Amino acid sequence: MDQFTLNLLFVGATFALYIGIAIWARAGTTAEFYAAGRGVHPVLNGMATGADWMSAASFISMAGIISFGGYDTSAYLMGWTGGYVLLAMLLAPYLRKFGKFTVPEFIGDRFYSQTARTVAVICLITASVTYVIGQMTGVGVAFSRFLEVSNSTGLFIGAAIVFMYAVLGGMKGITYTQVAQYVVLIIAYTIPAIFISLHLTGNPIPALGLFSDATSTGQPLLETLEGLLSDLGFQSYTEQHDTTLNMFLFTVSLMIGTAGLPHVIVRFFTVPTVADARSSAGWALVFIALLYLTAPAVGAMARLNLINTVYPDGVASTPVAYDARPDWMVNWEKTGLLQFEDKNGDGNIQYLNGDENELVVNRDIITLANPEIADLPGWVIALVAAGGLAAALSTAAGLLMAISSAVAHDLIKAQINPGISEKNELLAARISMGVAIAVATYLGLNPPGFAAQTVALAFGLAASSIFPALMMGIFSKRINNKGAVAGMLAGLITTLLYIFLHKGWFFVPGTNSFTDAEPLLLSIKSTSFGAVGAMINFIVAFAVSRATDEPPVEIQELVESIRIPRGAGEAVDH
Amino acid sequence: MADKSQHNAYWSANLRIIGISLVIWFVCSFGFGILLRPLLSGIKIGGTDLGFWFAQQGSILVFLVLIFTYAWRMNKLDREHGVEE
Repeated sequence: MDQFTLNLLFVGATFALYIGIAIWARAGTTAEFYAAGRGVHPVLNGMATGADWMSAASFISMAGIISFGGYDTSAYLMGWTGGYVLLAMLLAPYLRKFGKFTVPEFIGDRFYSQTARTVAVICLITASVTYVIGQMTGVGVAFSRFLEVSNSTGLFIGAAIVFMYAVLGGMKGITYTQVAQYVVLIIAYTIPAIFISLHLTGNPIPALGLFSDATSTGQPLLETLEGLLSDLGFQSYTEQHDTTLNMFLFTVSLMIGTAGLPHVIVRFFTVPTVADARSSAGWALVFIALLYLTAPAVGAMARLNLINTVYPDGVASTPVAYDARPDWMVNWEKTGLLQFEDKNGDGNIQYLNGDENELVVNRDIITLANPEIADLPGWVIALVAAGGLAAALSTAAGLLMAISSAVAHDLIKAQINPGISEKNELLAARISMGVAIAVATYLGLNPPGFAAQTVALAFGLAASSIFPALMMGIFSKRINNKGAVAGMLAGLITTLLYIFLHKGWFFVPGTNSFTDAEPLLLSIKSTSFGAVGAMINFIVAFAVSRATDEPPVEIQELVESIRIPRGAGEAVDH
Repeated sequence: MADKSQHNAYWSANLRIIGISLVIWFVCSFGFGILLRPLLSGIKIGGTDLGFWFAQQGSILVFLVLIFTYAWRMNKLDREHGVEE
């Protein structure tokens, strides 16, 4: 059986599974559509959160970014896991106690203001749509490869499938589907990593293999890689090249963005008790850590394998001839994401740092190409394709749920048309999903960065707007409606402005005034600015609240009550 | 609902646990992984140094322990203060 058929078979079978589950658990009422009837066990909820969380950015893109960025990219690893500590301690239990469906609903009630709720909806949509653009980039890469079409065609096919898939079921369908997707994606991620780790180091656990000796040289794997990179003129893998300031702020931004992303927070509304909300965050991180502990190994080992493929006889010898290049290069060339230009006309593939380099590899292909580079069996390659799509689809669906519930529930039902029927509310939710997918697909054709970088921008936006408002709403009784609104707007606008100045207005290429190589402020890149935006949010909210009246007594009592777990069971669906 | 002073005692105990946890959280990620890495560079591990390990793996393991410890201690605290569900 050829690779193409095998890919179709694996991807088709897993899709049939997800769609089957979605139909089986199809949402009947609005309550089920948004929050799965609050009956999901913490371990299952943790698994579903893991699938929701680990998107194309984590699965398809991150290892590739680590592969080329080395130590500097540790911010992704720490940032995208460390946020769960904040979530477990600062937000999840209290939001569960509060017991409503959506994040804007909490902000609207706590800050006793429809304006605050609307601003929260705007923040949520801005962050989520940016996030979906990153997913679309990843979906485009995955589909283009396994259907052997161009990147743009892959993107359109992916968008159509995401649309059908997300519109079909609500949260309940998604929760059980996401458990299945987690299982598929974690198997798909670890199996090739185990094979490769065994081959390179003899250690079957990739996370340990990363720090073991390479069988080929007898030296530690990382030293072996370091030696090859230095021979080819590439920057060192384990040393720091980014500034400490930028790396610090980037990590902060990803961490608090994690705790401010509505599609993750909403997960903690669906567990039965406050105690479950705390442990659910832990279970989610267990399932996430399985991938995140493997990712740095995948990154380093893929880089090593890539160099060994181009220089089969060692970096001092002649590189592989273009005509004799392995099949995976031929396949990826079709997508346009791997390019070769024979600059010196010798017919060989020169891969090194500098103007003489002839091979350009898009970082987003590394994870998907990894099993091919390592020459693993065809079924492993097909499995990885299915896993990558599971990751992208599950997150896109979760984000679209968050967007649609914000529009239908917090905007239309709460403010524009309170008398809307349940049926029309669901219709509005589905239409807003469609619009979000269309916008994200259009912008995904010219993404502002690799999938994980685009997603990092979304985190910056969530970090600067939603996280501070939620945290202050719980931990301070003094922050009032005006303070919260001013804070969210100040955080969101400054961060969005900084991103647009560096990445182009509305991400349109060529309209940027600065680049991340030479940023506006110090060494702060656009992906790191969320941390600064969050500081601005805190300061503005605090200052404005101090200058205006304190919140009414009943709001202070509300804050008292969400701090105490007792009574959460009585929370009612509406 | 219990009386107000008991709520305050529960809340400050909660804040204390959060405070201690977040200090560990900060030291093991931002500290060992980024800011203090140069100081730890003398400790070698698998072809690189301890700071690199914390940045790429160690911090994640610490986060896991932190969350479950927090959940366990808070459940205990809930019962001590009679505010469990």
